[in-house]
Amino acid sequence: MEPVLGPQRVGFDLFAVPALLVSFLFLAFVVAARTSDPLMSMQAWTFMAGVGGTIIWLVRRYAGGIPADDTSPYANDVVKAGVIASMFWGIAGMLVGVIIALQLAFPSLFYFPDLPFTNFGRLRPLHTSAVIFAFGGNVLIATSFYVVQRTCHARLAGGLWSWFVFWGYQIFILVAGTGYLLGVSQGREYAEPEWYADLWLTLVWVAYLLVFLGTLWKRKEPHIYVANWFYLAFIVTIALLHVVNNLAVPVSWTGIKSYSAFAGVQDALTQWWYGHNAVGFFLTAGFLAIMYYFIPKQAQRPVYSYRLSIVHFWSLIFIYIWAGPHHLHYTALPVWAQTLGMTFSIMLWMPSWGGMINGLMTLSGAWDKLRTDPVLRMLVASVAFYGMSTFEGPVMSIKAVNSLSHYTDWTIGHVHSGALGWVGFVSFGALYCLTPWLWKRERLYSLALVEWHFWISTIGIVFYITSMWVSGIMQGLMWRAYNEFGFLEYSFVETVEAMHPYYIIRALGGLLYLAGTIIMAYNLWRTIKGEVRAVEPLALPAKLAMA
Amino acid sequence: MFNHGTLERHSLLLVVAILFVVAIGGIVEIAPLFYLESTIEKVRGMRPYTPLELAGRQIYVREGCYLCHSQMIRPLRDEVERYGHYSLAAESMYDHPFQWGSKRTGPDLARVGGKYSDEWHRAHLADPRSVVPESVMPPYVFLERTDLRFDDIAGALTANRMVGVPYTDDMIAKAKADLIAQATPDDEGIDAFKNRYAKAEARDFDGDPKRITEMDAVIAYMQMLGTLVDFKTYQADAPENRR
Repeated sequence: MEPVLGPQRVGFDLFAVPALLVSFLFLAFVVAARTSDPLMSMQAWTFMAGVGGTIIWLVRRYAGGIPADDTSPYANDVVKAGVIASMFWGIAGMLVGVIIALQLAFPSLFYFPDLPFTNFGRLRPLHTSAVIFAFGGNVLIATSFYVVQRTCHARLAGGLWSWFVFWGYQIFILVAGTGYLLGVSQGREYAEPEWYADLWLTLVWVAYLLVFLGTLWKRKEPHIYVANWFYLAFIVTIALLHVVNNLAVPVSWTGIKSYSAFAGVQDALTQWWYGHNAVGFFLTAGFLAIMYYFIPKQAQRPVYSYRLSIVHFWSLIFIYIWAGPHHLHYTALPVWAQTLGMTFSIMLWMPSWGGMINGLMTLSGAWDKLRTDPVLRMLVASVAFYGMSTFEGPVMSIKAVNSLSHYTDWTIGHVHSGALGWVGFVSFGALYCLTPWLWKRERLYSLALVEWHFWISTIGIVFYITSMWVSGIMQGLMWRAYNEFGFLEYSFVETVEAMHPYYIIRALGGLLYLAGTIIMAYNLWRTIKGEVRAVEPLALPAKLAMA
Repeated sequence: MFNHGTLERHSLLLVVAILFVVAIGGIVEIAPLFYLESTIEKVRGMRPYTPLELAGRQIYVREGCYLCHSQMIRPLRDEVERYGHYSLAAESMYDHPFQWGSKRTGPDLARVGGKYSDEWHRAHLADPRSVVPESVMPPYVFLERTDLRFDDIAGALTANRMVGVPYTDDMIAKAKADLIAQATPDDEGIDAFKNRYAKAEARDFDGDPKRITEMDAVIAYMQMLGTLVDFKTYQADAPENRR
């Protein structure tokens, strides 16, 4: 079971991964040469640039012999790469978010008639995919690779395959993201990439599952740690959702276009079964895994309740899957399916709060650390936001509430309280922990900057979600308002006009949040460089401060 | 007695258990939709999209219109008064993918067909704020400058047939001719085209009869949205339409 040590390491992976990459390079070249579709040609060349870059990177990495990281007890380099990629995609994705928020606030300033790729409809999928899949996905892959090694006391399985997962995933992001700008989309929210990008992601994801499982198989601990249950549920279920939701028939093997296997009602529920569980398993289960490792670690306390973790794990993954129909209330979906979706969405409140309680109560006896450790505070605040948005979600899934909130900004606000508050903050907390651990630094460059990040971003979130509550509820009420003669009170565009001030506040909130992320990237970059800001630690332990 | 420790010690058992637990909800909710009468009913008037409409729909998908416009009118008093009869399941039975949307930054488009003139659509798409000053919609003037690519339109119909849209051999063979006929005034193939696609409207949609542009396709699609089912004769209370 011992990893092969020493510079003589010769593994199957050292041949298989390059061979796979070269074959895909060749395949993409054939497609680029044969296609008559200019978009497919650009997509194929982009893919080739990504794969080619990966091959060059591999050659350079192994040109001077087997790198030390390949034979160390833990694979750290691939996690380091994931930390850097997360920072990069986080800033990129949030920047696009700020731009599209500004487009809705100031349409005559931020639209360019001669540049179709800057239109809202093309940038919006770029924003959602960049923050969810590029930022969130890289955080998940990096932390899962870190956590599974530490909790199994085993080196990452598969050698180069973990690098294939990392680079393969970046190539997917590159192809999907440039595709959106060019107008490549299959028109399914949060699943916009076309069939060939979906196939490539499937391959990468299978490799990811096998690397993760392979590491579990090498573990020296008899039990699989709770964080790994959540990672496993996330990886396996996302594979299932991705494959089923993207079933489609391409027009030709050299064209970008495909048509979904399902139509109308069936297609709608399949999509929202996927869409809601992308939230449930990507943005919840995966990040709960982060919570279950990083909060106990940073607080230096054991997880509050083992029994609660079992109960809330199985109930969470069982119930989440049913909740999709609440995205389709009052539509042509049969009423029984809507009612089931609503019922399970309300039930979902309990396992969600089970996770929140388990995370928060882990601080029992260590609450004082919130005053002195801004990283722990960020992690704990994320769990509090998780609790808030998993309460708001069930409320919005009630049909009477949903008839008002659906189609409005309230939904956007709800998504962002989860995305910015929960997913963002728990990710930042994990990145703040990982960077000094991985690069073997004594501590972060500056804890004061973490304080700034925390407060600026928190204020940003408050601006964002409160403005969206007001605009969403207001627009919902305006749509259904009647005047004294029994006619509709407002034309549609009057309700658009009323949104203007809130769109400005929202853009400001997003800008603050982005500023916080940039502060984090700067802080982490200085930490990686090995610098420590030469000031007194911001907060002294209570006893010392009082002395 | 079952012990959770067993799952914690056997990773593959854990994977199988996870897959089993997450499969149940999807199977119970989604599988019935493929055979229940109310979700696969046919309603008089529904037909597959014409080649030009399908091309327009593809541009609608490409530009991400669904991110701000829904195509699903809910059976609520204000929506029915604002947009028209609530949407039927059958009205999106040929939609691969569905475009019901989830957000109304702009109004619902399920029944926008015939509500505005082609000229209005052209001006509005080219510069939305020239017609609606408060609008936050992006400009789409490039649509009228871009020739529609339709060399693979027959392939698009074939792919749609493979996923269940009842295009006939005849429709696929004549796809290109039908597309041209629908966008060209006085085209000789116009009668054959109208025989293949009931209620289809043929004219020069973009105001430039010499070219077939993306604007032609998008407006042709806009103008047919929600017009296929005749709600003067559709009986919502008839037993076969109740669910």
